[in-house]
Amino acid sequence: MADGEPVLPPAPARDGAAAESVVALDSVDAVASLLAGQDYVCDRALATALFLGLKLARPLFLEGEPGVGKTELAKSLARGLGAPLLRVQCYEGLDVAQTAYEWNVARQMMEIRLAEAAHEVDRERLARSLYAREMLIERPLLQALTQPRSPVLLIDELDRADEPFDAFLLEVLAESQITIPELGTIRASAPPVTIITSNRTREVHDALKRRCLYHWVGYPDLERELEIVRRRAPGSSERLALQVVEFVQRMRGLDLFKAPGVAETIDWTNALIALQAIDLDPETVHDTLGVLLKYQDDIARLRGGDTARLLDELRARGTLA
Amino acid sequence: MIGDNLVHFARVLRRAGLPVGPDRVLAATAALECVGMARRDDVHAALSAVMVDRHEQQALFDAAFDAFWRDPKLLEQMMRELLPRVRGRGNRPETAPPRRLAQALAAPAMHAPAAAPPEPDALRFDASFTFSERERLQRADFETMTTEEFALARRLAAELPPPVAEVRRRRHERAPRGRPDLRATMQRMARAPATLAPVTTRPRRELPPLVVLLDISGSMDRYARLLLHYAHGLARRRCGVRVFTFGTRLTDISRCLRDRDPDVAIAHADRLVQDWKGGTRIAACLAEFNRRWARRVLGSNAAVLLMSDGLDRDEGGALAEEAARLHRSAHQLVWLNPLLRYDGFEPRAAGVRALLPHVDRFLPVHNLASLADLERALRRPHGGPRTDLKR
Repeated sequence: MADGEPVLPPAPARDGAAAESVVALDSVDAVASLLAGQDYVCDRALATALFLGLKLARPLFLEGEPGVGKTELAKSLARGLGAPLLRVQCYEGLDVAQTAYEWNVARQMMEIRLAEAAHEVDRERLARSLYAREMLIERPLLQALTQPRSPVLLIDELDRADEPFDAFLLEVLAESQITIPELGTIRASAPPVTIITSNRTREVHDALKRRCLYHWVGYPDLERELEIVRRRAPGSSERLALQVVEFVQRMRGLDLFKAPGVAETIDWTNALIALQAIDLDPETVHDTLGVLLKYQDDIARLRGGDTARLLDELRARGTLA
Repeated sequence: MIGDNLVHFARVLRRAGLPVGPDRVLAATAALECVGMARRDDVHAALSAVMVDRHEQQALFDAAFDAFWRDPKLLEQMMRELLPRVRGRGNRPETAPPRRLAQALAAPAMHAPAAAPPEPDALRFDASFTFSERERLQRADFETMTTEEFALARRLAAELPPPVAEVRRRRHERAPRGRPDLRATMQRMARAPATLAPVTTRPRRELPPLVVLLDISGSMDRYARLLLHYAHGLARRRCGVRVFTFGTRLTDISRCLRDRDPDVAIAHADRLVQDWKGGTRIAACLAEFNRRWARRVLGSNAAVLLMSDGLDRDEGGALAEEAARLHRSAHQLVWLNPLLRYDGFEPRAAGVRALLPHVDRFLPVHNLASLADLERALRRPHGGPRTDLKR
């Protein structure tokens, strides 16, 4: 096995023009308009946090309720930058072999067989060839470090992974490098733009958060949600979109077990379009509540009279005829 | 100039309890260089991204930022007034020297009086069984621990696993039999080519994260202190332990209990909790827990340890409903009840009847007058009397 401080072969294709397209985003407005170009409408605070993440080369840690567009931000950013998106979907027990790298054991076995057949006696050389770079199977985290230009690295729902995984991420996030015991340290040729999302089903360790920029993604206000619906559900009439958004915004004010997110608003609008609804009416709302709410208690509550009250409020505001 | 202001701002935030270290100040300086000082909302977003790292801190940060933007002096004055209410992690409350310190200094022969006189066995329910509808905001009147209690509490939490079952994790550990670990096998073969024994692993079994819900209402008065010490021992011993108290309201005291010293930690918690020895609203508190906390703290197969006497009225079946929901969201729900008789127990109180069908394990601690009683209860084998009580 190669020991000491090994010199690594450079990543396959390293070129100097690495992160140029990223650097071109030189203001908060540029970031906001890049995202808007991908139909992602965000508030200025989020654009600022993302701009800083790009500028200071720090990971962006996004926390918020499910369905407010945390994952979508990473996807839109990758599309906007024209950069590859590498995604790690977290779950309990996630380990290095699934996220960073794995040795290609089958190939190593074959190498040993071949060496035996050729009566190879130089054990040093055999060991070196067994743990050569080609024997490594790259998983998303390692891939993110070996791209010729900065990719977008999405670590999705980190709260679902367990704490040992947080600890493993520290090196990747802070130094943009991965240390492989048998091989040495692999540094990023072009550091990835990292976005971490969490639904806060567990507190992620402070040591990890400290290395990131933090932003809480809340529910959007009325105008912004309306803009999102216009862009993401283009088939809806202006009138229906306004009714939907006002209804959902009011719904979030109720004491629900799980308030609907933006994703649910979009889904609901699309559902209403599919049903060819022109205006909200109690019957249509009740039939489609399952798109918005995923807890039986909440649905029962809406059916129990809150729908009628909300629709009355909309009528009083003149949104609904 | 900006640098000075930032340092000043950071210091104020730190005093208000936000963990803003020098590294954050450096990052904030870099962030401000990037966004510039032209727009107030940009500056706010930039500083917030760097200095805040959990959502709860946001309100405090926003208030501090607003004040600071207007007048740094005003902010400092405000913070001074705010300080008694917002406590940081590092601020140790000033307390009288703990009793066990005095005891430790005194002659070793001196013995502390027993914590409470033993209860007569015939009692079915505690005589102090009352619950007031009115919210009584009271302070716990805890004595500090005696040396013996301190030692016992520490031993109890250290030696005995909490009364919850282990869960199977997806992470593997080495084992004599199980799934082969090819990478490790290859490494072993490279070291000693003659060996052909594969390295094997199996899923790790470990104790799940623990959420303690401690009833501190009037009827639990006598036990709350003991159980709180036990909870502190658990929280100190293992990470991933969240502790909530409830009487008429639910309070998260996990951060207070991080202090290693039990007296300081509990004094800390004491000041945070407002409903010591008040009435009981178990259903309302469980509802709040289900709504606000369950999704946050019951991830990764967490176990809930409910320490309560279950004395509530269960009006309109709300308690049963909330208990059922809690049972569905928790991997296991263990009920530690200090009040009920161990054998021949008959669930009389409506609250007890409502809770019982929804717990995975029922752990009655008969006549809990000291930590030693708790120890006896915890040492009983798992399963125990629970099954014949259900249904």
